[in-house]
Amino acid sequence: MKTYVRPMAGWWRRNPFYLWYMLREASCVFITAYALILLAGLARLVQGEAAFEAWLEILSRPWSIGFHAVALVLVLYHAWTWFKVMPKTLPLVRLGGKRVPDVLIVSSGIAASAVLSVILFAAAWWFSLSSAQ
Amino acid sequence: MKRSNKPVFWSLFGAGGMLSALIGPMLIFITGIAVPAGILLSREAMSYERALAFARNGFGKLAIFIVISLFLFHGLHRMYHSVHDFGVPVGPGLKALFHGLAIAGSCVAAYLLATV
Repeated sequence: MKTYVRPMAGWWRRNPFYLWYMLREASCVFITAYALILLAGLARLVQGEAAFEAWLEILSRPWSIGFHAVALVLVLYHAWTWFKVMPKTLPLVRLGGKRVPDVLIVSSGIAASAVLSVILFAAAWWFSLSSAQ
Repeated sequence: MKRSNKPVFWSLFGAGGMLSALIGPMLIFITGIAVPAGILLSREAMSYERALAFARNGFGKLAIFIVISLFLFHGLHRMYHSVHDFGVPVGPGLKALFHGLAIAGSCVAAYLLATV
């Protein structure tokens, strides 16, 4: 018996909403690739100084910087969507018996991300200063 | 009835999604742009000695493992669903492949961190 199979080709190009969805989903390719780049760096670190320096040299090539720039934009978009749906993905959050408003949940996610990013950058900055001496 | 493994992989996807939403952009900026290009941060911030000391430190080991492993579980789980979104019929085989890759990557990271 032959059944009707709904055609799937190009469905996500038909509506801007789906296009944004696919853009968000594309971040997964970059997050996976980034994890693999870090894993490669770890493997090179184990191999020794020359191997690790070679990995760092590849990271400084223009195409690598370009890749990370695209990854940065897409992961930022992923982060925004992640916090935006948090009122729906989190179990019901109550504070003093009252339901915490959605906007507060979203903004605390963004605030947490901002604080952690500042801490991370400060740590890297401190590393980069203290090694220069 | 056999218990579903979905909660396990869904939790790992969620944990990776949360971690990458919280620190992903800054991590990518530091290790992929600022340090290699020497913008705002010096290349010395990720020198061999520094990276080695970080990977040999207990906290450093844990941080590296969590980032690599959870990013892999998040990314590969979403990729598995994207394959379905493009109209490719998915089943236990593809699911095992994507989750298996995340498990394999995590094992490699753990092994490297133990030997470094």
